Amino acid sequence: MHVTEAVTTQRARRASPWSQHPLAGPLLGVAGIVLFLLIWEAATRTGLVNPKFFPPATVVLAQLGQDLVSADFWASVGLTMRSWLIGLLSAGIAATALGFIIGSSTFLRRITHSTIEFLRPIPSVALIPLAVLLFGIKMESSLMLIIYASFWQILIQVLYGTADVDSVAMDTAKSYGLGWWARIRYVVWPTTLPYLITGLRLAAAVALILAITAELVIGAPGLGKEIALNQSGGSVVPMYSLVVATGLIGVAINIGMRLLEKRVLRWHSSQRGDVIV
Amino acid sequence: MRFLKQIAYFVGLPIALILLWWVLTIDSTNFFVPKPGQLAETFVEVWFSERFFVDVLPSISRLLTGLVLSIVLGILFGIIIGSVRILRQLSEPVLEFFRAIPPPVLVPLLMLIIGINDQMKVMVIIFGAIWPVLLNTVEGVRAVDEVLSDTCRVYRISGFARFRYFVLRSASPQIMTGVRQSISIALILMVISEMFASSSGLGFAIVQFQRTFAVPQMWSGILLLGLMGVSLSLIFQFTEKRVLRWYYGLREVDR
Repeated sequence: MHVTEAVTTQRARRASPWSQHPLAGPLLGVAGIVLFLLIWEAATRTGLVNPKFFPPATVVLAQLGQDLVSADFWASVGLTMRSWLIGLLSAGIAATALGFIIGSSTFLRRITHSTIEFLRPIPSVALIPLAVLLFGIKMESSLMLIIYASFWQILIQVLYGTADVDSVAMDTAKSYGLGWWARIRYVVWPTTLPYLITGLRLAAAVALILAITAELVIGAPGLGKEIALNQSGGSVVPMYSLVVATGLIGVAINIGMRLLEKRVLRWHSSQRGDVIV
Repeated sequence: MRFLKQIAYFVGLPIALILLWWVLTIDSTNFFVPKPGQLAETFVEVWFSERFFVDVLPSISRLLTGLVLSIVLGILFGIIIGSVRILRQLSEPVLEFFRAIPPPVLVPLLMLIIGINDQMKVMVIIFGAIWPVLLNTVEGVRAVDEVLSDTCRVYRISGFARFRYFVLRSASPQIMTGVRQSISIALILMVISEMFASSSGLGFAIVQFQRTFAVPQMWSGILLLGLMGVSLSLIFQFTEKRVLRWYYGLREVDR
């Protein structure tokens, strides 16, 4: 007991106290962003990198500011986010339904295992030429890639989840005479939900990547297409500002999915914080 | 008998699916869907030729160079950032931002800065694939066991030995998770960088087939990419089992 105390106090003394402050993390984070922007600015202003190909931070941010009040920019964002949302939702619904069906029987789980393990690592970009042949440069091309890529992420998680059902809980439900649907609703669903949300969170990031990729490579309308157009037209600054915008959208999606996770799983022990024993 | 049953489970569905595909296309003249036999023939014809040296090998070497560099650099920077608290807090939002940028948008960007060549493609792969390794290493290094850390200090294990035997070891399960994500990102980026700007490579060849409506050839390319993805994931699983043998053993005991 005394030993642990001694170690903790020594540890506290060794770490500088101000970095332990609750506000230190966010403040340092902001400082990090500012520092990064300063280095970027300095590197381009001093000619360390060619400003023609790598414009200064202030110029790019100014352009981003202009973008943020332009209707065209938001129209592109809207198109990209529309295919993102439709793709993610369809993949989510299909994968959840199939996952519950496969997960409910050991036979199905075993017989599909090798096929799923084979199809999953196939890179979705391999389907780009097929999508072009089938749908051309429409949104359906992006949807095909998005759904394929996010489907596996979610399906695998749902399968893990349905395998994780506590057998005692399942037997209890059975002996209390819960029907098939009630068992799914009150036993399997709550066990699987955390896994499903994890799958959705991973798939949300993947879906954005594929949405942008489809627009970039195939030319389906959206942010990616704008980037490709700006690149081939040699308008460097707008291109950088769009790249920064995609990064910000990515961050927003990550934060949004974390919030969703917190909200949906607030009853779950992983979200309730540590119980002090 | 049990062994036979396992084999039946393993090959049952794939065989059924291929049979179904064969039956459905037996009388088909659909332009978009090749027959199984035709596809196998085309696959051998297209890829077991000089294309293997012109397109496949360069693609694979770019992929592996990019992947190895991003794993090494990711672990290196991850350990540095993860061990220094202030550095970690400073860099966290910036790294999160870089991780959130969809890596394919870097293709046009790096094309502009570096030009269209092999370095550009390798750079694209590194810029996309480094983040999962880096961020997971940071997390792994941060979460090292306090007691083990103190034990190391007591035994005066420091400097390189401390990293080699303690930090790297305890972070390795996390690092491997990152590597798994990096592999699939690297493969995607290899294909995209070749589709977007290249005159050789798998991605280029497939797009070329599609543009010339050489549909069976295009399918054979898709099949080859799929096989590459599957073999990479098999190699990874094998390596992971070996590298993390101690970890899985430990978990068995804990249970």
